[in-house]
Amino acid sequence: MLTACVNGTDHPLPSDPRRTLLDWLRDDLALPGTKKGCDHGQCGACTVIVDGRRMNSCLSLAQLHHGDSIETIESIGSADKLSVLQKAFVTHDGFQCGYCTPGQICSAKALMQELSDGWASAVSDDITVTPAITKEELRERMSGNLCRCGAYSNIIAALEEVLADHPLHEGASA
Amino acid sequence: MKAFTLDHADSSASAITAMAAGARTIAGGTNLVDLMKLQVEVPDKLVSIRSIGLNDITQDDDGLLIGALVSNADCAADTRVRQSWPLLAKAILAGASPQLRNRATTGGNLCQRTRCGYFYDTTQACNKREPGRGCAAREGFNRIHAVLGTSEACIATYPGDMAVAMLALDAVVLVDGPGGAREIPIARFHRQPGDDPSRDNVLEDGELITAVRLPAPTGGVQVYRKVRDRASYAFALVSVAADVTMVQGRIARCALAFGSLGTVPWRDAAVEDLLVGETPSPALYTRAAEVLLKDARGFGANDFKIPLTARALAATLHEATKG
Repeated sequence: MLTACVNGTDHPLPSDPRRTLLDWLRDDLALPGTKKGCDHGQCGACTVIVDGRRMNSCLSLAQLHHGDSIETIESIGSADKLSVLQKAFVTHDGFQCGYCTPGQICSAKALMQELSDGWASAVSDDITVTPAITKEELRERMSGNLCRCGAYSNIIAALEEVLADHPLHEGASA
Repeated sequence: MKAFTLDHADSSASAITAMAAGARTIAGGTNLVDLMKLQVEVPDKLVSIRSIGLNDITQDDDGLLIGALVSNADCAADTRVRQSWPLLAKAILAGASPQLRNRATTGGNLCQRTRCGYFYDTTQACNKREPGRGCAAREGFNRIHAVLGTSEACIATYPGDMAVAMLALDAVVLVDGPGGAREIPIARFHRQPGDDPSRDNVLEDGELITAVRLPAPTGGVQVYRKVRDRASYAFALVSVAADVTMVQGRIARCALAFGSLGTVPWRDAAVEDLLVGETPSPALYTRAAEVLLKDARGFGANDFKIPLTARALAATLHEATKG
């Protein structure tokens, strides 16, 4: 049987190969925190973390995730117990309608790991070294998550606060 | 999505067997699943190649071997790629989003399909999607379309960045299939549309990409310049990949490849021949652009790509040669 681990619990994968990872999470596992925006990999609302990497759950078939470990927004925090990133989004008004926010938070969490691993980006001056963390770097690295309310500058402010308060090895588990 | 079956191969051999029985491969799925949702692609059978290996990068005296299943993110993050083939890392990082780069694979990226809006819209005429139906793009909204390598049947671009860098780096595509393994220089991998735009590349039925080999680095300055409508997360209007070696103020070696300019990643030996031995100057860049674009033809909304390419080439050559 094909199975995947979601937020620490193993689940059998759906029998219909057409089921996307996103629809499986939302409709079969009743984890509606992950959002369906464009459903075509253009908006990032469906971002989840698979084996430590952020990806668009709308563009993947659930059956391709046998053996994978998947983290959704439900595992990152709750209304009673917000994660560091979520608190920073609240502090900085990093959202208005909130629809893109679960994807933004998942993306930001994985971004911190990428920074911690020394990954370069398209705006890094010298890609052979670990890039300095600048506003421009953060904007580039969050460009896969659209916010139609336009909270971008506040989202970046939230990330800057978390990165300032938590050295990267801690930020990665924020 | 139209109904299909999905099997899971555990080796290249089992994938090739499934392909011989009519299955299409799926790895990251970032392009294929999107096209299946729109019923632009309607495969009856898929075979997942996620668990067949081919996900390592190895280096030897001949260069670097990038497994077909290496994700775009892992390739761009690889220390060897960043140090010795930075052009490839820069091109990959200029494309898509972090989420997509984590999922998309090296082999899949080479096989990604055009983003022509008429290819994506099944109510419109498209010879690539439905041979013989016509091309709505020629008289339509063709701002993103090709100005080189077009045919009566198709003016769609190959949209990617990674392959453009690989073309400038003289990469070789390694494939395996029912007829055995073979190597295809990337300059011959993608096909111009001619009268059969449905075939984007020269892979035969049942052939699987297993790796891409990069020859040893040239030691040149490597630059990737991408011009697009947004600062990030957008396909190129034009991109230029350059690997240029200067000796005593003159261009000693020069490899140039262009993305979203032609129907395939574009390279023109005549342009490189013109540049080699010369001292960089704006006048030289203009002559190079004239050679590159002498057969370029716009279709209205994309006419701007011709002067834009000349300027992008000049800017790239200036950056690569300024020392």
